[in-house]
Amino acid sequence: MTELQYWTNQIKEGRISRREFMGRAAALGVTTALATTMLSQAGIGAEPKKGGSAKFGLAHGATTDTMDPGNYLDTGTSVPFWGAMSNSLTEVDAKGNIVGDLAETMEPSSDTKQWVFSLRKGLTFHNGKDVTANDVVASFRHHMGKDSKSAAKSLLESVSDIKADGKERAVFTLAGPNADFPYLVSDYHIPIMPAKEDGTADWDSKVRTGAFVFESWEPGIRAKLKRNPNYHKSGMPHFDDVEFLSITDVVARNNALISGEVHWIGRPDLKTLSLLKRNPEVAITEVTGYGHYVFAMNVTTPPFNNVDVRTALKWAINREDIAKKVFLGHAAPGNDNPIAPTVKYAIDPQPKYVYDPEKAKFHLKKAGLSTLKVDLSAADAAFNGCVDAAVLYREHAKAAGIEINVVREPNDGYWDNAWLKKPWCAGYWNGRPTIDWMVTTVYAKGAAWNETHWDNARFNELLVAARGETDDKKRVSMYAEIQQLIHDDGGVIVLVFYNYVEAATKKLAHGDIAPNYPADGLKIAERWWFA
Amino acid sequence: MNAIVATVLKRLGLGVVTLFVVSIIISLAIEMLPGDFAKSMLGQAATPETVAALRKDIGLDRPLAVRYFDWISGVVRGDFGYSLAGAGSLGGSRRPVADLIKPRLANTLFLAAVTAIIAVPLALILGMLGALYRNSLFDRIVNVVTLTSISSPEFFVAYILMLFLAIKLPIFHSLANVSPDTPFFERLGRIALPSLTLVLVIIAHMMRMTRAAIINLLGSPYIEMARLKGISPARIIYHHALPNAWAPIANVIAINLAYLIVGVVVVEVVFTYPGIGQLMVDAVSKRDLPVVQGCALIFAGTYILLNLIADIVSIVTNPRLLHPR
Repeated sequence: MTELQYWTNQIKEGRISRREFMGRAAALGVTTALATTMLSQAGIGAEPKKGGSAKFGLAHGATTDTMDPGNYLDTGTSVPFWGAMSNSLTEVDAKGNIVGDLAETMEPSSDTKQWVFSLRKGLTFHNGKDVTANDVVASFRHHMGKDSKSAAKSLLESVSDIKADGKERAVFTLAGPNADFPYLVSDYHIPIMPAKEDGTADWDSKVRTGAFVFESWEPGIRAKLKRNPNYHKSGMPHFDDVEFLSITDVVARNNALISGEVHWIGRPDLKTLSLLKRNPEVAITEVTGYGHYVFAMNVTTPPFNNVDVRTALKWAINREDIAKKVFLGHAAPGNDNPIAPTVKYAIDPQPKYVYDPEKAKFHLKKAGLSTLKVDLSAADAAFNGCVDAAVLYREHAKAAGIEINVVREPNDGYWDNAWLKKPWCAGYWNGRPTIDWMVTTVYAKGAAWNETHWDNARFNELLVAARGETDDKKRVSMYAEIQQLIHDDGGVIVLVFYNYVEAATKKLAHGDIAPNYPADGLKIAERWWFA
Repeated sequence: MNAIVATVLKRLGLGVVTLFVVSIIISLAIEMLPGDFAKSMLGQAATPETVAALRKDIGLDRPLAVRYFDWISGVVRGDFGYSLAGAGSLGGSRRPVADLIKPRLANTLFLAAVTAIIAVPLALILGMLGALYRNSLFDRIVNVVTLTSISSPEFFVAYILMLFLAIKLPIFHSLANVSPDTPFFERLGRIALPSLTLVLVIIAHMMRMTRAAIINLLGSPYIEMARLKGISPARIIYHHALPNAWAPIANVIAINLAYLIVGVVVVEVVFTYPGIGQLMVDAVSKRDLPVVQGCALIFAGTYILLNLIADIVSIVTNPRLLHPR
């Protein structure tokens, strides 16, 4: 295979961006014109083309799905009704940076306790009504307050007040400083919706601001949307209309793509992925996201209250082996740092935990133990392949004199009965685009989902300090220390960062794929086009 | 004739009692499952406060007995209540259980009807031919094929059909995702594969029963008499054996028809067909009790009615039962 062919394949599989490809091609002495032709032959058009009806096969969707954004549970609702139909104030771009979406500018006060978001000029909802600061206030209040039933409630707990300043400016007052606040408002639970006269958000009207306008929806079956001619992003969207089908059976999803019933599917069958790759009509995309699978120890219960026991367990697992055997290579081994390498300020803490039974034995001895017997609660409800991973871990740990008893918990009700309750149990995190957001949610003292019950004074102090720090240099060192503390002292074993594996027909084309969520940051309908 | 009317009335009365008992069992069973609707809706993002707020909003904070009484008094008046997914301020536009079930039930009945129209006559004919030419090559082939298809799990049959008839040879659709505005003939084309799968799954049972019941009768003296009179074998089977074999055949057909309505969730999932089975599975996994109840009542009612019809058929076709001494 020639060098150029190799890079063409890389871009087809979404591993490099268009810009990178052009750079590589230029370095090989290929003219821009030729490179562009090669790209369009590879299904990567130079300029996005308009038109066409695209069909997407989603792995989620149930008849109980609701239009209330506070209760968007999975891609069954978040891809059509947030990614395609709505906008938040900000969005995470394909590089993981935060950029304004409905907000044109976002200005913090000097202590970052107050944030002012100014809306773009001339924004309208699908029904023609202007988007004003009042709508922003109503959309946020929808998730806040005592009676909130929203999944975004804890996210917005730090917002103490929000008010409209004129028609275009929304002013957020925070309980404490937060330099990363624009990231929080990019969450898919918080689209901007029109306000009703009584000041509540009118989510049921299905009127939003997004690239596509609501047409029809049968919960758990399909959602149909058509192009918004007045969309605020110029030249977008590219499709005329889009249809999202819920195909929860993985084989049916694969078949739907192969037989041409849909143009794209989420979560193809990994076990048969190499067969799917052979299909000349199909392109696989794969990005390592922020999401990761964990085995979380409760550090307040023995024996996990001893840091040497925790360290021994961290050395006793062969993550490479698990990534290869259980996740078939579609995952990157973790290093007990819950921050993905693509997140800003992420570090790879040293020493890197690799499989080393001798070191595990050493730490076990330091804890005053010669053998160790522990229960590990696992269920495939936590993540697919969880039980297999736990059983492999048991075999790895034997060499270090650690006996892990894998307790298979029932899938049904796993989150109620095992997670946060059993001393050592499996879990998953979709990850967050900032360090502060991720660790505040899971590792800070008193956080609702602090699955390790970890309470490290230095960590908690640093976390608050870093949140309000605007000096980038200081933040770098603070966040490095925060990650190092979790790595050294925390109770979490980060197994792997999993990849978002998706498959599409080569008729579709796209730019860089965002790592923050599956389906190109959930915005596949807005960002992709027919080649 | 009075005997039949009395039987029907008695059985219908018992059926109502059965439905009532079923509804109580379902309520208790859902209550015993871990977690509830509020927790499943919020998923991993649930915090105690948001769960409590949601429970209060949709009335889940009331005791089970109160909720059950509310619901059953509605059902008696013909109101099946609202799905929890649309209750309180969560749904905005509330979703009545009846509206959720109606299009799904119509889809299920359509698939069941198409399948039955193909499978039942086919099974009867194959069964009779099998009895007529028993132990011939034809009989053996039919037996082997139908027994193989009934012995394979239905999802396997479905995947095999999908592989050969939708992917290798793109004749049929691999997705059967019809919507209410799909035209009739497209709808038929869409459900070709699910229907074919179900035909293969149910045909063996009915065909074997027909064959066995007829063979059983062929040994009896009156058939021998008919044969000695010189009546053709086909006429013996159709005219003299079949009428006496109706009772067991009707029972097997009833069981298979009931299965087509209540038991095809696997086929629905594999072909993404929006039938009532998927609705119930969704509702159970989210603990949406009113919808589960609605589906369960339909399923139980289907069994009761079809069994009743099967029994009436066996009474009507058997003079000894029609005029008991």
